[in-house]
Amino acid sequence: MSSAALECALEVRGVWKYYGDFPALRDIAFRVIQGSTVALLGRNGAGKTTLLRILAGLSKPSRGSVTIHGANVREESTRRRIGVLGHGISLYDELSAFENLRLFSKLYGIENPAKRIDEMLERTDLTRVRDGLVREFSRGMRQRLAVARVFLHDPEVLLLDEPFTSLDDRAIGVLQSLLNEMHARGRTIVMSTHQLREALEAATHVAMLQRGQIVHAGERQQEMLDDTGWLYRTYGEN
Amino acid sequence: MREPIKYVLLTASLGLLLWSLYKIGYVLPLEANVAAYQILYLHVPSFFAAFTGFFLGLFASGIYLATGNFKYDSFAAGANEVALMFATAGLASGMIWARYAWGIWWTWDARLSSMLLCWLVYVGYLFLRKSVEEPTQRARLSAVLSIFGCVNVAFVYKSIEWYRTQHPSPVLSFRNGGDHMGPGLEAPIWWNWLALVCLGVVIAMVRMQQGEMSREIDALRRQAHSY
Amino acid sequence: MYLRQVLTIAAKDLRAEWRTREAFNASFAFMVVILVLFSFAFDPGNSDISIPAIAGGMLWIAYSFAAALTLNRSFARELQNDCLDALLAAPILASALFFGKALANFALLMVMEIVSLGVFSLLYNVKVLAQIWSLLLVIVLGTWAMTVMGTMFSALTVNLRLRELMLPVMMYPFLVVPLSAAITLTSDLLNGISFGAENILWLKVLVFFDVLFTSLVVLLIDVVLVG
Repeated sequence: MSSAALECALEVRGVWKYYGDFPALRDIAFRVIQGSTVALLGRNGAGKTTLLRILAGLSKPSRGSVTIHGANVREESTRRRIGVLGHGISLYDELSAFENLRLFSKLYGIENPAKRIDEMLERTDLTRVRDGLVREFSRGMRQRLAVARVFLHDPEVLLLDEPFTSLDDRAIGVLQSLLNEMHARGRTIVMSTHQLREALEAATHVAMLQRGQIVHAGERQQEMLDDTGWLYRTYGEN
Repeated sequence: MREPIKYVLLTASLGLLLWSLYKIGYVLPLEANVAAYQILYLHVPSFFAAFTGFFLGLFASGIYLATGNFKYDSFAAGANEVALMFATAGLASGMIWARYAWGIWWTWDARLSSMLLCWLVYVGYLFLRKSVEEPTQRARLSAVLSIFGCVNVAFVYKSIEWYRTQHPSPVLSFRNGGDHMGPGLEAPIWWNWLALVCLGVVIAMVRMQQGEMSREIDALRRQAHSY
Repeated sequence: MYLRQVLTIAAKDLRAEWRTREAFNASFAFMVVILVLFSFAFDPGNSDISIPAIAGGMLWIAYSFAAALTLNRSFARELQNDCLDALLAAPILASALFFGKALANFALLMVMEIVSLGVFSLLYNVKVLAQIWSLLLVIVLGTWAMTVMGTMFSALTVNLRLRELMLPVMMYPFLVVPLSAAITLTSDLLNGISFGAENILWLKVLVFFDVLFTSLVVLLIDVVLVG
């Protein structure tokens, strides 16, 4: 995943994360060049979520460092450049779709927010319920609004934790088209996943976590697509 | 290295305690008409030792937050726990003294209530430690609470100087020959303080080792669950 | 910029609260219930009891109980859809997030308290308007003390299993000094005693507490929220 000649979007250097004395992440080091889409594979408990939270600056590594475009993730200017989609939708039930997006557009300091918000609502097919409370939304609508929130500030680096797992078909379609568009514009994407086809198809690179360590990192191979269990078997997991 | 230090401190502490017990019991010309006056030689040093412990807890917590080294978390836990024990001893001995001197077990005097307050703050600290299972989160949150608690202790201590109180004025005024106590009678208080601090450090060290072990057990359990 | 972020967060909390009014209604009802319960603790018709003399205690006990209800929900409501993660990932300082939420809590509590003050005045026939501006100053300072500690502990306990229980256990010992200051001042003011040499010290205690602990929170909030 490293190539010195290309712009390095994300660099992880010697990251360890301990829970007490237990190392949940062990000496993680990799670089993601700008424009690549990385699928982060691994079983439950392998450390995918922990790693993504550290990349997003939601958690501090016990040792090591993470830089995004050369700057620390906990800096405000860096956080403006990343978009994070976690397990929850991160939206307020008591606010309307528009109010939710306006809140985040204010926090991200987006210029001309109303226009951008309407654009995102359009993209996620939520214009009709622009002023409806999220509480009243169906599951699929909530998920699409969550996707709209992540892309709202046009992030340069996207960090997605199991993005396809909880989505319905329509939301997956929306997310895929947005991701493709981001990829075409040279944006960097890191997403964790079990072994889902959707993620592997989108990926240019694959990294595999096993017991808190990176056991495989490299470009996505065709055999991974043909046989999604291939990587897992290679590393002795079923 | 740690083991000999523990025994040295323990011996020193016990020796000092015995020596000052002898002095208090047989040597010092304590007024016989003040019943149970001797208990003050435990009462006051207990609180001094408690404050020492809270401050050590504060420093250890600060170092933990700065370095992330769990040793300091375990030490802070031990120090605060031992300090809470001394504060309990101080409160109990104070109540006994109050029963003899004033005829009541408890009075809502500013100094007493403020000590009770500090005691409650650190009971909250122990609650917090008990209720968080994940060691890193526990260390982080309890370090923050320890800092808040110690600042509160200092704040409370400062604020009671502003109250009118029926309590003997702060012990440090013994220096000026305040209250009943002559300067010659003051020394055992400081020796006892030293003895209790030594004892406290030994106990805190034992608790620290226990903390390290339980963290190791926790890590092994996590490892077992992850494979 | 910082101020705008604080106000954005505060406006968000107030708007969400306004939509449901859950916390407000429950806390306000609780506040009034406590005020009514006091009439059973003693006989307000008994002329030996001077209501203004104990009014401060009654009001602030009710205020602080209701505050625990409101403040408990402050960070807990961010958990529902993992909203806290999105806020922490956003380009704002943790202290801006804290002040935004604290400001919203403060506004909610102030509204409840002022309305309850009116209810209290009606129920117990206490004249509150005589020194209303001084009284408001005391309420503002006391409420900020509760808000800053409560919001902090709400953040600290947000991921704990027993957070509803932990918050009051940890918060009240810290609040005793500012509350007793507010109680004394409120009783004085309702008794027709204005700020003066006798009680100005309490005002200083309140201000000092507010400044001290607000600064401490600014220093430590990032550690609390980002583990």
